[in-house]
Amino acid sequence: MELFINQVLAGVATGAIYACMALAVVMIYQAIDHLNFAQGEMAMFSTFIAWQLMQWGVPYWWAFLLTLAFSFAGGIAIERALFKPLAKAPVLTNVAGFIALFAIVNSVAGLTWDFTIKPFPTPFGNSPFLGSQLISTHQAGMIGVTVGLLILLYLFFQFTRIGLAMRAAAALPESARLVGINTSWMIALGWGMASAIGAIAGILIAPVVFLEPNMMGGVLIYGFAAAVLGGLSSPLGAVIGGFLVGIFENLAGTYIGHVGNELKLPIALALIIIVLVLKPAGLFGRPIVKRV
Amino acid sequence: MSSVEETANEAPAVEAVPKKAMTLGMGASLVMLALLIIGPMFVKNFIVFQLTMLLIYALAVLALNILTGGSGQFSLGQSAFYAVGAYTSAILMEHFGVNYAVTLPIAGLICFGFGYLFGQPALRLSGIYLALATFALAVAMPQLLKLGVFEHWTGGVQGLVVTKPDAPFGLPISQDRWLYYFTLTVAIGIYIASVNLLKSRSGRAFMAIRDNEIAASAMGVDVALYKTLAFGVSAGITGVAGGLGAIAVQFVAPDAYTITLAISLFLGMVVGGVGWLPGSIVGSAFIIFVPNIAEGISKGLSGAVFGVLLFLVIFLVPHGARQVAMVAQHMLGKLGKG
Repeated sequence: MELFINQVLAGVATGAIYACMALAVVMIYQAIDHLNFAQGEMAMFSTFIAWQLMQWGVPYWWAFLLTLAFSFAGGIAIERALFKPLAKAPVLTNVAGFIALFAIVNSVAGLTWDFTIKPFPTPFGNSPFLGSQLISTHQAGMIGVTVGLLILLYLFFQFTRIGLAMRAAAALPESARLVGINTSWMIALGWGMASAIGAIAGILIAPVVFLEPNMMGGVLIYGFAAAVLGGLSSPLGAVIGGFLVGIFENLAGTYIGHVGNELKLPIALALIIIVLVLKPAGLFGRPIVKRV
Repeated sequence: MSSVEETANEAPAVEAVPKKAMTLGMGASLVMLALLIIGPMFVKNFIVFQLTMLLIYALAVLALNILTGGSGQFSLGQSAFYAVGAYTSAILMEHFGVNYAVTLPIAGLICFGFGYLFGQPALRLSGIYLALATFALAVAMPQLLKLGVFEHWTGGVQGLVVTKPDAPFGLPISQDRWLYYFTLTVAIGIYIASVNLLKSRSGRAFMAIRDNEIAASAMGVDVALYKTLAFGVSAGITGVAGGLGAIAVQFVAPDAYTITLAISLFLGMVVGGVGWLPGSIVGSAFIIFVPNIAEGISKGLSGAVFGVLLFLVIFLVPHGARQVAMVAQHMLGKLGKG
């Protein structure tokens, strides 16, 4: 039993990483209705910016804020320059665009900062949290930040004018335009916010997985899985999905014999598919009602 | 209605395809065929090998095109079917001494079954969710191939070495050239079969499902059957391509069939034009040669150059090679009249 609880705790700790990423994924999905395959790479790039600022002697929190501002502006710039012209192109062409963006960002980061692994500081320290060896203060801090972010997002989308306008633009673009919402800029804003949330995720994840251009590869897969599992229309679902995926993965690695560890990822993904087959809109997503 | 469902229905994003557009014009086809037959006689063995790979990837892209362009189902898991085909061929040849040509239909059949079975749970999913499920399959496949249990057959992480077949009947051509013509024959056969499939009753059923699932079922199309069938056919063709790939590369290893391959095939489909079968070879050329060109332009930034080139293509022709062909046809038509 103790082993079980320990593994669940360890799962929650890794789950926090996925939850963070899943939140960014859902954010952009809400704004543009696509999964952005380049999200992880954008987050990685932002994290490198933070690292670079700190290398230049900027204090941690200033670097953090500057990076957020940069990521927000960068997200908007990418949308304006690259994806606004593609708005009328077929969906699959857009997906190809994300893949192109992925390749560009990854390669530029690799050339600028090379592929060596770099340590990244954490503001929370790395001592055991409440005497538990499995969860460090950094991971606890990460869970705290994720939950805080979730609450902020909820408040933003529920109670601010602009949050409401963004939801309207995503849900019913035509009608939103008719009531005077600038839907095109709402999408850009969505990119900016998703990029900033991605930056937060990257900065929180970097101390755990270390900083390098390919750091997000694995994380993004789990982030997508978590977002889809929780339901793409629900930020809360995404966060819960993230924790569940983390726990799934750890338990599979522990209990399913020697195969378990090799097959951690496939088993986690298979479980997710089973959930999806039973509940196609994800655990917390609204089932889609379609007019025909 | 910001819904996944909507994305899914948009996904094929092709207008009902006019029948003529499914095939190249007769003249263009003949010129292409002549080029494919005569071209390799005059080039070095390495280029012949690359052309063989071009045909093989074109087959795999064509398979995805039938699935996505035809029936409107999205798949990021084609690399898994390709791997199964490759391993089937390799294991049959190396462990059982089966003739290479015989392994291909077997690989196709096994992959057809695999795809058909995979299509069953996938029936419940569409759009992004289907993408994730197929993606999971692609991610899982290399891990499964590495498993200790199958190591006796698959060679584990090391993979298997496949012997390259000699030209039969003592034909005086090199192994590479022989393999090229062999692949070309298979590819042409499958291409013609695919064009006919999409023109047939089943093909119309695929497209009806793609354009409007509910309307299709109201007209009496067995949606579940045709959706899984599309998966099966697509997987089967991909399996044959995988088998050919294993013979051409002379080697199979788990890490050759990662998600990167599935993404390449997807890009090939988009660049070639979704739902336009002749575009498959253009798409295949893109995914084989453009990374090399990018590498040539800048070693350190090859990824970035590739991305920029890809952006250029989708900015200029969002509908891929198909758009180019249509414009060309239009202009030729005008010339003919004038």
